[in-house]
Amino acid sequence: MGSITLKQVTKNFDEVNVIKPLDLEIKDGEFIVFVGPSGCGKSTLLRMIAGLEDTTSGNIEIDGIDATKTPPAKRGLAMVFQSYALYPHMTVRNNIAFPLKRAKVSPAEIESKIANAAKILNLTDYLDRKPGQLSGGQRQRVAIGRAIVRQPSAFLFDEPLSNLDASLRVNMRLEISELHKSLVTTMIYVTHDQVEAMTMADRIAVFNAGIIEQVGTPLELYKNPVNKFVAGFIGSPKMNFIDAPQNEDANVSCIGIRPEHITLSTEQGTWAGTVGVIEHLGSESFLHINIEGKGTVTVKADGDCPLKYGDSIYLSAPADKVLKFDNNGLTIR
Amino acid sequence: MTIKDSRRSKLIYTIAAWTISGMIFFPILWTLITSFKTEAEAISASPSLYAFDWTLENYRDVLSRSPYFNHFWNSVVISLGSSLLGLLIAVPAAWSMAFVQTKKTKHLLMWMLSTKMLPPVGVLIPIYLLFRDFALLDTKLGLVIVMTLINLPIMVWMLYTYFREIPNEILEASRMDGATIGEEIFHVLLPIALPGIASTLLLNVILSWNEAFWTLILTAANAAPLTAFIASYSSPEGLFYAKLSAASAMAIVPILILGWFSQKQLVRGLSFGAVK
Repeated sequence: MGSITLKQVTKNFDEVNVIKPLDLEIKDGEFIVFVGPSGCGKSTLLRMIAGLEDTTSGNIEIDGIDATKTPPAKRGLAMVFQSYALYPHMTVRNNIAFPLKRAKVSPAEIESKIANAAKILNLTDYLDRKPGQLSGGQRQRVAIGRAIVRQPSAFLFDEPLSNLDASLRVNMRLEISELHKSLVTTMIYVTHDQVEAMTMADRIAVFNAGIIEQVGTPLELYKNPVNKFVAGFIGSPKMNFIDAPQNEDANVSCIGIRPEHITLSTEQGTWAGTVGVIEHLGSESFLHINIEGKGTVTVKADGDCPLKYGDSIYLSAPADKVLKFDNNGLTIR
Repeated sequence: MTIKDSRRSKLIYTIAAWTISGMIFFPILWTLITSFKTEAEAISASPSLYAFDWTLENYRDVLSRSPYFNHFWNSVVISLGSSLLGLLIAVPAAWSMAFVQTKKTKHLLMWMLSTKMLPPVGVLIPIYLLFRDFALLDTKLGLVIVMTLINLPIMVWMLYTYFREIPNEILEASRMDGATIGEEIFHVLLPIALPGIASTLLLNVILSWNEAFWTLILTAANAAPLTAFIASYSSPEGLFYAKLSAASAMAIVPILILGWFSQKQLVRGLSFGAVK
């Protein structure tokens, strides 16, 4: 079991209110990702769930039991840190064995659990090495190994891939997703990278300035963002926001169109623009097009797009793909 | 800067370093040389660095006149005892200051350091009276307590500086792994901070070994360490420079040897945190 319920949870650092009253229900076995810009409170909330930060008010329930005042060691949760937080003076074997020894598990059982975790994470050949002798990816796997041997009710990941290079990050992303599928244990994963959020999550909670703006599946957030913030944060490249055309309702302040929903034409369209910088990624190209009086918009095009810097072009988007936002930034349905 | 300039400045720095080191070491060298002279040569108007009749007479006299090994043992007990007791108090104190900081931690650290700025003579009378009333005068325990107290601020500061370099996440990870505070300190913090703890211990042993003010005031015969033993050669009958030098040499040689073997550790410990 690993359901976690947050009820009106808040957190203050001195006078600063970093988490505003917040409710969230995380189901057993779910992979939920907390995503948001730096300083939005997502890591603080994760640390509150872990018990590493006190909760100013409200309740945190783990499997229906109030754990707000329970120390971290007694919550039955395991955490993987951004900096790996391995014990540098211990071998990989001892790092993984550390939580088991604290739980007074028998030596024979410790050995079998280490062997099992090492097999799952491809660490068998490195068990007698110290963390300093491992690569970043291997260290992160050790940190995950240390977490899984405890068989926690939930895993907490605090930006675990931020210190890895891009290609390794993609591999580790897949490994963590596979681990979730095989363990079917609740995972709470904090990241500021919306690509990680979209690719890994069952559900995403989008944070902004200490509140959760929206919780939903990746596609729900992509297709039906509740406001301009979520619309802009989810999706890569980010959504284009253009001032509302004059023929729109008075309460529409701006419209949002995703780069992949804009079509280009050399003959006609809703807006006329000039092609600026083009980013060629091989399979696709991102064009930055300047629309007179509206600013620059990003357009996703084919990899072999023939346009070049300075070309004149027309842009348009199907009506059902255009989101409308009011003066408060809320999506108009 | 050209290679030539760089070589020249390196030469200048090397000469300056050797000159300063020589000036600092010269009194010790002079003491060692004098300890091998006769009393007459020691006070000669034209002293020589090497051209004299080398003798071990002073060492024989010193060893026969006073119980050197008793004083040596007292020095060992007092310096090691105070250092270990100090560590026992300083480690948890530095842990809480480094990892469980409050708004007042910085003030507390500054206040602790400020006690080192107080001239010891300022607290002489209350400490003497307390020692008298608790029957701690001329006891090794008494000196262990005093040495611990006077060096505690330095120990806490040094350990605090070391502990601050250890990522908090490692300790948090141990908490998540089910470690109690004691297990966190013993299994995680102390092994990682071992070089810092060794430096702190070493410095404290040296400071306690060399401390003379309190040892002269609070001891007579039973608990007198080597510093008091040297002072006993400044007698009412006059100064016996050669014997005093032999006594001094016998007092400083053990700590010089310790310092020589641990210099790398000491330098690292004292400069830790200064340059990242």
